[in-house]
Amino acid sequence: MNDLRRTPLYDLHVVRGAKLVPFAGWEMPVQYPMGVLNEHLHTRAKAGLFDVSHMGQIILRGERAAEALETLVPADVVGIPAGRQRYGMFTNERGGILDDLMIANKGDHLLLVVNAACAEQDLAHLRQLESRGITVEPVTDRGLLALQGPAAAAALARLMPEVAEMRFMDARDVEFQGETLWITRSGYTGEDGFEISMPARVAPMVAERLLAMDEVAPIGLGARDSLRLEAGLSLYGHDMDPDTTPAEAGLGWSIPKVRRTGGERAGGFPGADVILPELGNAARSRRGLRPEGRAPIREGVVLFADAAGGEPIGTVSSGGFGPSLGGPMAMAILPADIPDGATIHAEQRGRRQPVTVVPTPFVKPTYKR
Amino acid sequence: MLKYTEDHEWLRAEGDEIVVGITRHASEQLGDVVFIELPEEGREVEAGEEIVVIESVKAASDITAPISGTITAVNSALADAPGGVNDDALAAWFFRIKPADGVSLDGFMDEAAYNELIG
Repeated sequence: MNDLRRTPLYDLHVVRGAKLVPFAGWEMPVQYPMGVLNEHLHTRAKAGLFDVSHMGQIILRGERAAEALETLVPADVVGIPAGRQRYGMFTNERGGILDDLMIANKGDHLLLVVNAACAEQDLAHLRQLESRGITVEPVTDRGLLALQGPAAAAALARLMPEVAEMRFMDARDVEFQGETLWITRSGYTGEDGFEISMPARVAPMVAERLLAMDEVAPIGLGARDSLRLEAGLSLYGHDMDPDTTPAEAGLGWSIPKVRRTGGERAGGFPGADVILPELGNAARSRRGLRPEGRAPIREGVVLFADAAGGEPIGTVSSGGFGPSLGGPMAMAILPADIPDGATIHAEQRGRRQPVTVVPTPFVKPTYKR
Repeated sequence: MLKYTEDHEWLRAEGDEIVVGITRHASEQLGDVVFIELPEEGREVEAGEEIVVIESVKAASDITAPISGTITAVNSALADAPGGVNDDALAAWFFRIKPADGVSLDGFMDEAAYNELIG
């Protein structure tokens, strides 16, 4: 695993007995000795600390950076108030999704957080904004931690009291021991919590300070996946990709009126001619699935309308066991005419298992709005 | 005395039957087990046939019949509470099989050989 990159918390992972795996070119903890199931439950009950330093952090500077980013992302970037964050997607000319990202307005610049696997590609994509006078700066000297769960706010406020005032999707700078931390009240678990960007050299210290608290435990990528799936949050490369449109991916909500047909800044992003007409009337869209019984259905499992025969109607894009749900759960893009509550069938090991189509999330998020 | 297969099963001879489970090493590799599908009692199986499905939080895997014979009992309590495999892999037996050709575990690994296999 010589070519893998290591985060500033690598030594901490090793000391704490993490099982390290290659992930998007990084050597990352998939679980700690607590195990995926208990790490998941711990995060829902108390607070979990995640190393997400592998994710790409990119700064955009320039007077018209928000306008420029709107040429690549069908979100209301111009309308993000200073100190707030929004979700968005990079789209392609075919209307597919190149990556999803978080966009924070930090007053004099935009801070983007993108998926690790897409970071290089996103950076190259963003460079086209340089011709508009925008500076594109990859952030390479900072670690990123996520602290998630009902006890996250109290735990973090013990170190830096001002975070208690933040609401869901707020973004602000916090001074801590002479360092500037970039904090957002957001995450990828369905829980209240924070993402904390800090200089790499202090990341282990901040992590250890948090882990020294009774309610905080280190959590690996395994539980991160089951937490986000329970919360109905899409994972790039699985629930969306360059061949999936925002409407199909169930992400049309992130395209506000102002960017839609008839809006003040309608279109003007790649694939708008495909994406905008499809909003609200897509032939297929992402749905939740609850398999009967305890057997999970995983990514790639083929779905059928009937218990026998017929053509496939979709494929599971994410699936697994939901520890808080106490049973299996999955997501898939299905024909829109299948109503919630319908029973469809998942073919696995040569047999078809009944599966109920349900709305997501599977477990209700507890964001601090 | 326990014997072991290359598929990380433990085998224990009891009378004219063999009791089968998975090793602690296997349970640790699998991670938290959330679903186990056991074969039907009375089913006749061939050595190498996939007869148990185990799903952990990470992935699905199969357990094969270590020997040809008839399934005489399955641990249905384990199917109801599959986490028992992680709690105590040696206590969490999966099924009992009556070998078609009599009970002999000579061809299987002893503990020393198994420990060498898993390093």
